[in-house]
Amino acid sequence: MCGIVGLFLKDKSLEPQLGAMLTDMLITMTDRGPDSAGIAIYGSDADGNSKLTVQSDNADADFATLADDLSEAINTKVELRRNDTHAILEMPHDKLEEAREALATLRAGMRIMSAGDVIEIYKEVGLPKDVAARFDVSGMGGTHGIGHTRMATESAVTTEGAHPFSTGTDQCLVHNGSLSNHNSWRRKLKREGVRIESMNDTEVGAAYLTWKMQNGASLGEALENSIDDLDGFFNFVVGTKDGFGVVRDPIACKPAVMAETDQYVAFGSEYRALVNLPGIEDAKVWEPEPATVYFWNH
Amino acid sequence: MQTYNLEADGLRGLNTALQAQNENVTEESWEVNNPKGSHAVAVGLNAPIKVTVNGSTGYYCAGMNQQAHVHVKGSVGPGVAENMMSGVVEVEGDASQYAGATGHGGLLNIKGNASSRCGISMKGIDIVVHGNIGHMCAFMGQSGNLVVLGDAGDALGDSCYEARFFVRGSVKSLGADCIEKEMRPEHIEILKDLLERAGADAKPEEFKRYGSARQLYNFDVDNAQAY
Repeated sequence: MCGIVGLFLKDKSLEPQLGAMLTDMLITMTDRGPDSAGIAIYGSDADGNSKLTVQSDNADADFATLADDLSEAINTKVELRRNDTHAILEMPHDKLEEAREALATLRAGMRIMSAGDVIEIYKEVGLPKDVAARFDVSGMGGTHGIGHTRMATESAVTTEGAHPFSTGTDQCLVHNGSLSNHNSWRRKLKREGVRIESMNDTEVGAAYLTWKMQNGASLGEALENSIDDLDGFFNFVVGTKDGFGVVRDPIACKPAVMAETDQYVAFGSEYRALVNLPGIEDAKVWEPEPATVYFWNH
Repeated sequence: MQTYNLEADGLRGLNTALQAQNENVTEESWEVNNPKGSHAVAVGLNAPIKVTVNGSTGYYCAGMNQQAHVHVKGSVGPGVAENMMSGVVEVEGDASQYAGATGHGGLLNIKGNASSRCGISMKGIDIVVHGNIGHMCAFMGQSGNLVVLGDAGDALGDSCYEARFFVRGSVKSLGADCIEKEMRPEHIEILKDLLERAGADAKPEEFKRYGSARQLYNFDVDNAQAY
C-alpha cells in the first residue's frame, strides 16, 4: 500500500514549520504504511558546505571518532552532527565523493542515506510517529520535503528498504506501488555505473531518474521517460535541490491528491493527509492525471 | 435534525447511529461535520433518510447505500457509492477512482469531475457526472446509464454489456467492443429524465450514445489465435 506526503513551500514564512507540517501529514498516513517511515528534508545549506547523511545500527561506536577519522582520511575539516541513528557530516562540496569512498573503508557497516548541499534523509523501521519523534522531524525547517510510510511488498522491512531513496546529489524519490522490471533495470544501470545499494524496486526507480539526469535530461524529461521505461504501478514524488515533481503511471490505480495555494504545493496519498494544512479549505485540490508530469521549481 | 461531529465522536458511532435508522426511522435528517477525508462515512444505510456531509471524505463514502439520500458538500475519495442498490448519492465536488463501481441501482450525481474507472462493472446504477471522467470508465458495465456532461477519457465502456453511455463532450477513445450508437426517441426520454433528476443544465440532443457492439458475447473462431 504505502503512503506518500510531500510539501513544497512557496511562502518563506512557513519554512520554519516545514518539519512540523510534514510530521503531521506523515503520521496521518500510518494506516497505509506502518512498517517503516522516512523523510527527506531540504533545509538550508551548511555555510557553503555540503552534507552526507549517514546511518548506523551501531551509532555509538561508529560515530564516536568519525569526524576526526574522516577529516584525516580526506584531509579536510569535517563537522559531525548526530541525530539518533543518523549523523550529518559537513564538508566542502568537492570532498563528497572522496568522503563516500573513505567511509566505505573507515565504517563498512554504515549506510549513506543522502549526499548534497541541502538534503538530509532520515529513515528507520517502525511506526511513523516513532520514527518522526526519534529524529525530532517536527523541529526541522526547510524549503521542501517528502515523507513516506511503507507497507513492504518487493523487499524486506529494513532501514535500507525504507524510503526515500537518494541516488544522486540532492535528489530523492519516494514511491507508492511496485515496479515489475526493476531487476533488468538494476543490471542495466549498474553497468552504466549508477550506484544501487539495495534489492528494492524503488531504488531502481530513483537510480533511473539519476541516470537520465546525468545524461542531460531535466527532472521533467526524466519523469516523462520513466513512464515509457518503467513497468508497474507507481506514484513517484521526487525532490531535487530546488524542485519538486510528481508522476503517476498510465493505469493510475494508486491514489494521489494534490493541493496548491499561494503558500505551498502539497501531495498526499489521501486527502486526509492534507486536512490540517493552512488554508486547505480554499486550496485548489485535484487528483493528478495519469501519465502526466507535474513539476515545481523555486 | 441530528448533527454529528465526526472528528470528536468517531466514525463507528456515526455509522452505528445511521444504521440504527434501518430498523426504525426516528430522525430523517442528519448532518455530519468535520469529515476531514475520513473513510467509510455513511455506509450501509437502508432507510429513507437524508444525510448531509459538510466537507470532503475519503474512501468508500456512502457504500452499499439503499434508500438514503447522502449529500457530500465536498469531494470524495475512491469508491463513492460502491455497490449502491437504491437512493441518491450527490457529490458537490470531484470523485476519485471507481465512483459507483458495481452499483445495482439508485442515482449517483457528481457535480465535479470523476476520475478513472467510474461506473466499473455497473449493474443498473445511474451515474451523472457534470464534469469530465477519466480512463477505463464503465469497464464491463452490465446495465444502467452513465451520463457525462464533459469529456470522457481513454477506453470508455471496454468489454461492456448492456449499460448505456451518454457523453456530451469528446471521448478520447472507446474501449474494446464499445461503439457509438443511434440516439433513438426512447434514449432521449431516458436522458431527459436523468438530466432533470440530476439538476443538470444540458439538453439530451447534445449527447451522443455509446454501448456494446455485442461482438464479445460469443466465442468467434476467428479469435482462436488470441487464446
